[in-house]
Amino acid sequence: MATVTTVTRALPALPEGWSAEKDFKPISSITASTQRTIEPVGPHFLAHARRARHKRTFSEDDRIQAQETAKNIEKDDESDESEPEDPMMLQREAKDWKSQDHYQVLGLSKYRWKATEDQIKRAHRKKVLKHHPDKKAAQGSTEDDNFFKCIQKATEVLLDPVKRRQFDSVDERADVDPPTRKEAAKGNYYKLWSRVFKSEARFSKQQPVPSFGDENSTKEEVDNFYNFWYNFDSWRSFEYLDEDVPDDNENRDQKRHMERKNANARKKKKAEDNARLRKMLDDCSAGDERIKKFRQEANAAKNKKRLDKENAEKQAKEEARLKKEAEEKAAKEAEEKAKADREANKKAKEAAKNAVKKNKRVLRGSVKDANYFAAGDASAAQIDAVLNDVELVQGKIDPDEIAALAGKLNGLKVADEIKGVWSEEVKRLIGAGKLKEGDAKNLV
Amino acid sequence: MAETGGSKAGVAPSDRCAIGISFGNSYSSIACTSEDSPVVIANEDGDRQIPTILSYVEGEEYTGNQAKALLVRNPNNTVVSFKDFLGQDFPSIDPTHCHAAAHPQDVNGTVSFTIQDKAEGDASTLSVSEISTRYLRRLVQSASDYLGKKVTSAVVTAPTNFTEKQRESLIKAANDADLEILQLINEPIASVLAYDARPEAKLEDKIVVVADLGGTRSDVAVVASRGGLYTILATAHDYEFSGVQLDKVLMDHFAKEFMKKNANVDPRENAKSLAKLKAESEAVKKALSLGANANFSVESLADGIDFQLTINRLRYETIGRKVFEGFNRLVEGVIKKAELDVLDIDEVILSGGTSHTPRIASNFRSIFPATTVIQAPSTSATAINPSELQARGAALQASLIQEYESEDIDQSTHPAVTTVKHITNAIGVISLSDDGEEVFTPIIAPETAAPARRTIHIAAPKDGGNVLVKVVEGGTHIKVTKPEPKAKENGTKEEGAEDEDDSDFDSDEEEEEHREKVWKIGTTLAEAGIKDVKKGGKIEVTINVAGDLAVTITTREVGGKGGVRGTLKAA
Ligand SMILES: Nc1ncnc2c1ncn2[C@@H]1O[C@H](COP(=O)(O)OP(=O)(O)OP(=O)(O)O)[C@@H](O)[C@H]1O
Repeated sequence: MATVTTVTRALPALPEGWSAEKDFKPISSITASTQRTIEPVGPHFLAHARRARHKRTFSEDDRIQAQETAKNIEKDDESDESEPEDPMMLQREAKDWKSQDHYQVLGLSKYRWKATEDQIKRAHRKKVLKHHPDKKAAQGSTEDDNFFKCIQKATEVLLDPVKRRQFDSVDERADVDPPTRKEAAKGNYYKLWSRVFKSEARFSKQQPVPSFGDENSTKEEVDNFYNFWYNFDSWRSFEYLDEDVPDDNENRDQKRHMERKNANARKKKKAEDNARLRKMLDDCSAGDERIKKFRQEANAAKNKKRLDKENAEKQAKEEARLKKEAEEKAAKEAEEKAKADREANKKAKEAAKNAVKKNKRVLRGSVKDANYFAAGDASAAQIDAVLNDVELVQGKIDPDEIAALAGKLNGLKVADEIKGVWSEEVKRLIGAGKLKEGDAKNLV
Repeated sequence: MAETGGSKAGVAPSDRCAIGISFGNSYSSIACTSEDSPVVIANEDGDRQIPTILSYVEGEEYTGNQAKALLVRNPNNTVVSFKDFLGQDFPSIDPTHCHAAAHPQDVNGTVSFTIQDKAEGDASTLSVSEISTRYLRRLVQSASDYLGKKVTSAVVTAPTNFTEKQRESLIKAANDADLEILQLINEPIASVLAYDARPEAKLEDKIVVVADLGGTRSDVAVVASRGGLYTILATAHDYEFSGVQLDKVLMDHFAKEFMKKNANVDPRENAKSLAKLKAESEAVKKALSLGANANFSVESLADGIDFQLTINRLRYETIGRKVFEGFNRLVEGVIKKAELDVLDIDEVILSGGTSHTPRIASNFRSIFPATTVIQAPSTSATAINPSELQARGAALQASLIQEYESEDIDQSTHPAVTTVKHITNAIGVISLSDDGEEVFTPIIAPETAAPARRTIHIAAPKDGGNVLVKVVEGGTHIKVTKPEPKAKENGTKEEGAEDEDDSDFDSDEEEEEHREKVWKIGTTLAEAGIKDVKKGGKIEVTINVAGDLAVTITTREVGGKGGVRGTLKAA
């Protein structure tokens, strides 16, 4: 085509580091194709033919070969094999159409409700080709068109979606009977019931219908199946079995009576059908090993849950007990430790006090040993003054300094040495600003 | 199949005068082209839809509407609905529609009619081939009269399921009428061509459904139209829902109404009454395609009683509903058969006489998305008369090929030429949507016949630079979105248990789901890099699929130099 389409959506940017020989990277061939026939019609075909022929001449062989490879869009009829016609059926009277098996008449017994509209149309045509009165006449038989009329009636019913449903509703030949308990017990339980529900499913307004499954179905699938079927929404109806209502205007009362009777009969049949389905489900589920299995599994799961719960409770209790014990123990230990600490503290304080006392005794003793720095006997005033100054110094220093001072004084007997220590201490204290110049002058 | 071209009666191209013929079971039409546009020719009665009927009265031959009128008093010497019998043996024909006319007979397997075609003497046994020859001769005569010169050749339309034997038989019948068949073409393709040949038509790749709703049969085809080449993807043929069933609906209606007034007189039980009833019912049906009301009026319908009744269109549409719905299912079925969805269909062409019916077109309108063009008189002002499509298409084809030697036509339509590979998946490139998501952009549509070549121009990133052209295959799928449950009408907007009950309750009716066709990105075929594209630049991508499905990809900046070119081998 000569025209160029323009697209406004943008192409992506080239990814970083993309590279290819001559900027082109072939990756794969296109998907396999179908051989089809193009129609040799129109101006564009002429152009195609000119190119395709290339001055070649094609033969009959080429024709056959090409035709064989091309996809055929017109094949269909051959696929329908024909069903043998029952001689009794061929004798049918068209007026008895109500009791006629429309599928059988069209040779579709095998398909029934499964027959597609296309199949019905093709089946009808095939029957017409065979049974049209003109065909019969050609075969020299009498002009009996009774069966032909049966064919027309069958087609009329089956090609009308409403009428077809009415007929399918009462087409018992399509029913699959539920298996007896014996049959089901033989190990074909799932296969047999599957068939039943597959057939029953034709009446469902909701499609697709969940399938019956087999022994490997999950609980969810099985639940889903029974839920669906216990709430089955069926289009099945029973007007096909109505008794004929007189079609004249004269007998109005009788007509009304018949109509009421028919309506009641339909209702009753519908109720019976619902009951039938329900019973079938009950029967089926009663024998359904999967339900048992799931129940057991559920019970086991429940038991396990209970045990688990009990165990958990027990364990929790034990844990709580242990925790409490540990807490109590810790509290006690802490208390004891505090007490010990307190006592040790007390002792240490007392020891310190004693040490201070002792050290103070050393301090005081030292001035005594130094005879209160007096030459000869010390006067009471001298003693008082020195002791007062000792008191003063003691008051200015902490226990450690007292101990240090005591340590220095301890063992000293010579008065000058003792005085030297004191005088040094007083000077230190004056230097530190704790004593004033002139304080404790008796010790200097 | 469609390729049966040429004929032994080969006429030299310079001596040819060619027309198009649509040859139906119910009606036929003839058309020629005048300055390249097709013209459907009226016969001497002024009819463009000429009933395919041949009748003899006292040795005089009648066709068209004159012959049709004779069905009332001369049914046994009137042949109707015979075209499909051509090339068939007696056991495989459906004689249903000959019911009220001459009946087909088995003469050594050949379908024949016994007709008193001469004024005196015994009746003749005429094969369907002979009947066709005589009828075609009359069509050709009408065309020759109109054109003022002898028509020598024609393109004739045929149903897609016409067998090789039927095609040969049709050609022979025409040759016997001194008519050269240039080519038989498939009916739906003739209709597509009639639309595509209009000067205003654009050459586009599209999928077209042609619904040919005739008198005795309905044929639907799904056609891929790719670059002006047509490929039929699927067909369906239906003999149950067509024009005569609509006649029947009206016949039953009027018969019942007649019997309300005249109990025990059923006009359907008497051949002559039935013929009148049928003729008038068909006329009423056609009138209802145009007007809202139509009048049924027959003198001496039955037992000498006149009958007159008006019917409105609504009533007709109600009693004909089953047939109309049958058309819907037929069309939906063939789309499925082609493995497509209604969303894939770009155009629906309604063809055939029954397609005049407004209801059918409006039904189709509602089956298809709004983007699908429905070509029918009642839905489109530019639609072509559905009864004329096939003859027009045939005439166009005749004018295209009349200057070729018949040998040449034979070779051009040879299956070796027409059988070609069609690509399965679309081929396109990856582009980015507004929110930066990778999107498939098709360049070649699926079901395109190889060789094929398509080019697109596509934007580069806004700021230009280096651009990636990633060529991939694409497929489509239908995305179905269920609507959000609607807010409650009574105003209480709380959520919770109550709400759930509610949505359960009305889920049946209003939940119209939304369906859309979306592209899926498939296999990557190749990558190409285009460097240093300028700001706001555009990239040209050309994909060329060869006859053996080797692919050549060429891409460059539009207006730029050089470019990248690479090939992919055929698988
Ligand atoms: N305006 C109209 N409205 C409704 N129906 C119409 C109209 N015109 C023609 N028909 C009907 O269309 C049918 C004929 O269609 P067409 O002209 O396509 O015939 P055909 O191709 O010969 O059909 P076939 O081969 O299937 O019998 C007849 O049933 C006719 O009554």
